[in-house]
Amino acid sequence: MPDDIVALYRTMLLIRRFEERAAEMYTLGKIGGFCHLYNGQEAVATGAIAALRPDDYVLVYYRDHGHALARGSDPKAVMAELFGKATGLCRGKGGSMHLFDAPRGFLGGYAIVGEHLALAVGVGLAISYRGGDQVAACFFGDGAVNGGMFHEALNLAALWNLPVVFVCENNHFGMGTPIAVAMSRPEHLHEKAEAYGMAHDVVDGMDVLAVRDRVGDAVRRARKDRTPVLIEAKTYRFVGHSMRDPAHGVYRTREELEHEKSRDPIKTFPKLLKEKGLATDEGLAEIDQEVRRIVDDAVAFAEASPVLPPEAIVEDVYA
Amino acid sequence: MSVMAYRDALNLALREEMHRDDRVFIMGEEVGAYQGAYKVTKGLLQEFGKRRVIDTPIAEAGFVGAGVGAAMAGLRPVVEVMTFNFAVAAMDSIVNTAAKVHYMSGGQVSVPMVIRGPGGSARQLAAQHSQALEAWFCHVPGLKVCAPGTPRDARGLLKSAIRDDNPVLVIESELLYGATGEVPQAEDLIPLGVAAIVRPGRDCAVIAYSKMVREALAAADTLAAEGIEVEVVDPRTLRPFDWDTVLASVRKTKRAVVVQEGWTFCGVAAEIAAKISAEAFDELDAPVERVTSLDVPLPYARPLEAATVPEAGRIAAAVKKALYLV
Repeated sequence: MPDDIVALYRTMLLIRRFEERAAEMYTLGKIGGFCHLYNGQEAVATGAIAALRPDDYVLVYYRDHGHALARGSDPKAVMAELFGKATGLCRGKGGSMHLFDAPRGFLGGYAIVGEHLALAVGVGLAISYRGGDQVAACFFGDGAVNGGMFHEALNLAALWNLPVVFVCENNHFGMGTPIAVAMSRPEHLHEKAEAYGMAHDVVDGMDVLAVRDRVGDAVRRARKDRTPVLIEAKTYRFVGHSMRDPAHGVYRTREELEHEKSRDPIKTFPKLLKEKGLATDEGLAEIDQEVRRIVDDAVAFAEASPVLPPEAIVEDVYA
Repeated sequence: MSVMAYRDALNLALREEMHRDDRVFIMGEEVGAYQGAYKVTKGLLQEFGKRRVIDTPIAEAGFVGAGVGAAMAGLRPVVEVMTFNFAVAAMDSIVNTAAKVHYMSGGQVSVPMVIRGPGGSARQLAAQHSQALEAWFCHVPGLKVCAPGTPRDARGLLKSAIRDDNPVLVIESELLYGATGEVPQAEDLIPLGVAAIVRPGRDCAVIAYSKMVREALAAADTLAAEGIEVEVVDPRTLRPFDWDTVLASVRKTKRAVVVQEGWTFCGVAAEIAAKISAEAFDELDAPVERVTSLDVPLPYARPLEAATVPEAGRIAAAVKKALYLV
């Protein structure tokens, strides 16, 4: 168990270091398009995906680098995808917002807010149809809750008793709009599941152990009872909505951001590990060196990889 | 051969494919207990049970999206939209997801699903229930689109669509559900992307699909009485499109009239006419004619509706224009 807990730290740190280098590479023009970083939210993907089995399914929104890494996707292939290279997870055709890793049940990052919740319902339906005991975990932001699909998807999942775990990453902003401006009763987000008779829970999304445990409860329940669950993970993003948006923007103050950073899981979790005697400063420094090396290798791999030849443009349109 | 209605041919295709492959299931509004709004799914709930015939709420975005997800996870959903007018509510799942998943996953994940239901105008259903929207779907790479005009094609195309590994839209014709025709007893797969010469002729190619085939054939009968031999070509599948058959017919007859029920502007006929003009320009004896619905929402009043949608008289007039007879 202690090894597992240290592994959670390692995954969160890998995501943070990966995103830091992704930002750098974006600034250098090596990564294009929209690039939504996960800094600050690492504990959610890390904790939640740690609660899943390898044969479960994961569906994600466009801020998806962290989920792919937490699911075990090769950081080299993830970085190469951001670079648009042939060695990328999706051969350079998906990019930052559309990471797919089918062998890991990672069924994609989707860039239309909330619309992939229906896909998760369909995956849950397929599981149920086959009589399997997998679950489908579906991650989305608080912005998705205001769209119609959230309600259609929750209704169908509850109506049909599907093993879907909906994980809302409430980072308090839909792009540049604070949740209170966009959502009625924002303090009661997870209770929206109540209307569908669906189990729901709220968890501190900055506490990776809490996320793992509470999502773990939901996953066990979904697996055993074939019922969906909505989990709200209260988190915060430390960066702009995308790389084209400054960290502070006009929608939040520097003071607010700094205050939230005091909850940074990358800083608070190591303290806990040391207090519990699960890690030492030296051990933590070693992990940091290790993940930095992994990210360096990923960048070097992405740099050195080729793009697909022009004739591949028309491949993959049809199966 | 046996004679059966278009709706029964579709029903037969569904039954045959559900017996063949346990991954095939049906989902949609009123498909089960109600036996289908247009009775295409009649008897299937009784035969296959609730696991494989799933009634959904009136929430197209959700259940079409769920169909996409189920296909991604290895099933072969046949999702019925009560009419394609309602598919508009599910456009995101169709255009942004179903059509794109295979490409943006770099070929890792496919979406082997069928979205089917009636399209086109019906009798006095007015603007929101009478639209031929196939051009919207044909526009999108990653989708395949069929529009069967006969019971035999309806069964054969639907079966091929179910076996295809891509999202295929089978846009049936609401007014053809009761139309009868011969359907083979034996297995009869009509391949996607293969046109049919419905009626051979030497003077002018008329390219028409779905219920416009009937109008084209009626026009051909009228014109035959005047000594004009029209060749009626039904592409059957609109994407991928059988250019070879259509262009061969045009090269033979030297003239072309393209018929579609949809609106003129940016329609399927525009695409076909442009391609014919580009590929067979030197062999054409006249500009390509188009016969389409007027560019208006469909009016309710019967005479106005009739004057809006293409019919045999307008097709015959277009053929005569292509022959410089008017």
